[in-house]
Amino acid sequence: MHEASLVQSLLKQVGDLARDHRASRVTRVRVRIGELAGVESELFRFAFDALSPQTICDGAGLEILPEPVQWNCEYCGIPIRAGEPLQCRMCGWPARLMQGSDLVLEQVELETV
Amino acid sequence: MCKECGCGDTEIVTVDVQQKLLSANDLAAAHNRDHFTHAGIFAINLMGSPGSGKTALLEATARKMGGTRLAAITGDLETDRDAERLRKAGIPCAAITTGSACHLDARMVHKALHELPTGAQDFLFIENVGNLVCPAIYDLGQALNVVALSITEGEDKPLKYPVMFHRADLVVITKIDLEPALPGFNRKALEDALRRVMPRPNFLCLSAMTGEGVDAWINWLQSNRKVPAHRAHVHDLIAGSP
Repeated sequence: MHEASLVQSLLKQVGDLARDHRASRVTRVRVRIGELAGVESELFRFAFDALSPQTICDGAGLEILPEPVQWNCEYCGIPIRAGEPLQCRMCGWPARLMQGSDLVLEQVELETV
Repeated sequence: MCKECGCGDTEIVTVDVQQKLLSANDLAAAHNRDHFTHAGIFAINLMGSPGSGKTALLEATARKMGGTRLAAITGDLETDRDAERLRKAGIPCAAITTGSACHLDARMVHKALHELPTGAQDFLFIENVGNLVCPAIYDLGQALNVVALSITEGEDKPLKYPVMFHRADLVVITKIDLEPALPGFNRKALEDALRRVMPRPNFLCLSAMTGEGVDAWINWLQSNRKVPAHRAHVHDLIAGSP
C-alpha cells in the first residue's frame, strides 16, 4: 500500500504551505486523483485519517476529486471507448492518454490569525 | 490577523496549489536520469509480480551478454537473495531492502547507485519489488519500463492491473517452456488483453530456462540502447509489434 507514503508527501507539502502562510490550522485539502493514477481513493482517505492527526492537518477535511480516464487516437483524435483495445478502431493508430493519470494537490484552505 | 480591522480574529485563506504529489520523487528521478544520460548508462525499470521471473531473466541476460557491462539494483522487502543470484551470474549488484515499502522510489535508487562499483556500465537493470501495483507510479529515472509476466499468472493479468501495463514499453512473457503443462493457457487471449491496456503492444515470449526467445530480448536491449536515453520512445521498439 503506497497510499501511506503518498499521504506523507501530501502532509509535508501542505505543512510547508501552512508555514509559508503562517497558518494556525488547515481546514480543507483538495486532491485530484486520476482513475489510472494507481491510487485507491479509499485507502488514500484511510491513510490521511491515520496520519494527519499528528500534523497541522489535524481535523482538516479531505476532498478527493476523481479524474476520469480519457484515451483518444493519437492520429485522428477520436475517443477510445472504455474496454476497447488502445488502438484506434478507425485508423489503427495507438491511443494517447488525455487525462486520468494525475495525482495532484489542487487546493488548501488555511486558517490564519 | 484579520485584515479588515486587525481584531485578531482568524481568517480563512484558500490557496491554489496544483502541485504533483510525487514532485519530490520526480525531482530525484530527474537527477538519476541526468546521471544515466551523462554516464551513457541505459537504465531499465524491470517490474512484475513476485515469481514472474525477473531475476531469472537477468541471469539469462548475463549468460548471453558476457562481454557487455551490466549492473543491477534489486529491491525486496527482506533479504538480498536476488542480488546474490545476480552477483553469481556475474552482474555487479546493489541490494535495496525496503522493509515494508512495496516499491522502489527514486531516492532509494540514487542511494543504491553509490554502492555500485564505479566505472562505466552499458546497462543498468533496476529489478523492482515484486508487485503489479505500486512500482508503476514511481519514476526512477529509467529510460524504459519492462514488465515480466509469466504464463502461469493467467491471461487476464493485464486487464486486472492496467496501470502497470499501459506504462510498459515492453512486456516479456516468461516461462513459455511451461506451456505444454498448461493446457488451459491461451496465448491469443493474453495478447488480446495486452492490446487492451497497451497503446503500443510490444511483447516477446521467452524461457530463461531453455534460452528460447532470449536472443530477441537481447536484440531489443541492444537496439534501444543506441537511442539516447532521453529520446528513447516506444516508437522505436520493434519487438512484438502487431
